[in-house]
Amino acid sequence: MSTVACPECEAEVTLDAGTEVGEIIVCSDCGVDLEVTSVDPAAVQLAPMEQEDWGE
Amino acid sequence: MQLRLKIGVLFSRVRVEEKWIFGAMEKRGIDYERLDDRAIHFDLDKPQSWQQYDAVLERSISYNSGLYALRLLNSFGVPTVNTAAVAEVCGDKLMTSAALARAGVPQPHNATAFTPEAALEAIEAFGYPVVLKPVVGSWGRLLAKVNDRDAAEAVLEHKSTLGSVQHSVFYIQEYIDKPGRDIRAIVIGDRVLTAMYRNSEHWITNTARGGSGELCPITPEIEDICLRASKAVGGGLLGVDLVEHPEKGLVVNEINHTMEFHTMQPLSGIDIAGEIVEYTMSVARMKAEG
Repeated sequence: MSTVACPECEAEVTLDAGTEVGEIIVCSDCGVDLEVTSVDPAAVQLAPMEQEDWGE
Repeated sequence: MQLRLKIGVLFSRVRVEEKWIFGAMEKRGIDYERLDDRAIHFDLDKPQSWQQYDAVLERSISYNSGLYALRLLNSFGVPTVNTAAVAEVCGDKLMTSAALARAGVPQPHNATAFTPEAALEAIEAFGYPVVLKPVVGSWGRLLAKVNDRDAAEAVLEHKSTLGSVQHSVFYIQEYIDKPGRDIRAIVIGDRVLTAMYRNSEHWITNTARGGSGELCPITPEIEDICLRASKAVGGGLLGVDLVEHPEKGLVVNEINHTMEFHTMQPLSGIDIAGEIVEYTMSVARMKAEG
């Protein structure tokens, strides 16, 4: 289990076991969406804003 | 000799669906590669790097990126799930409606206009309320239920002034007084895999908007309309949305070509990700075996 600082609020964010690169996690402190860019070592960045053509 | 197939999975972000799909690939020992649509590029003089794939499964969140990637892959001769032709039809509500109409599949009454004035005329002919939808878009975004002429004038002006040119394709649909739910069915090839009700007190019932899921038995009527809808848009791996119309019975509201199933997989107990992988492999085998 690894941790990383939230780039928005600097709270400690924990990556659960099985987390994968490209996954979106939510900072439990400030609620911002974070994209996991590396698992070992843990790294995250602010997730891109939803675009108009996004969907299923 | 057993052919060793190579699969590409095109994605934008790893949602739970992608995790399940990757997991299903790994469980089967499939040789696959993750293709982040934000990191790839296509050199039209060098299709070889793409032609190594026996099939590509498209799971992009961005409709534009996914659609253009599919068009390029298909032009390189790479089979895709779904095909570019299917994505073109399903990603655009007007194209979907046209395909359903051509095939005689029941759908809500709808009309299209290209100016606010013409749209207002069409809306008045429908009678209120009506629903205005962007032709491209998902997750229930930017849907407008228009209850009277004042609202129609306002929404049409906002769309034409504030929206991209795409928003000046005014897609008008009858408002359906549905029983607090719609139906999402998953079609794979010529099979309806599973279906669920999406319950919501809001008129927009997408689970992306907070609607909750409940298993829906696949009646012969549901099976029939889903398979006809799937055939109308070219077939493949599809999420068909049905609405129970008080007069017309079941109608097809829309069809999704990169469907999410995070609610449906646990609800149905069906390994949808595994079924998606098996279908993708069957498409790859068809190519490999010529």
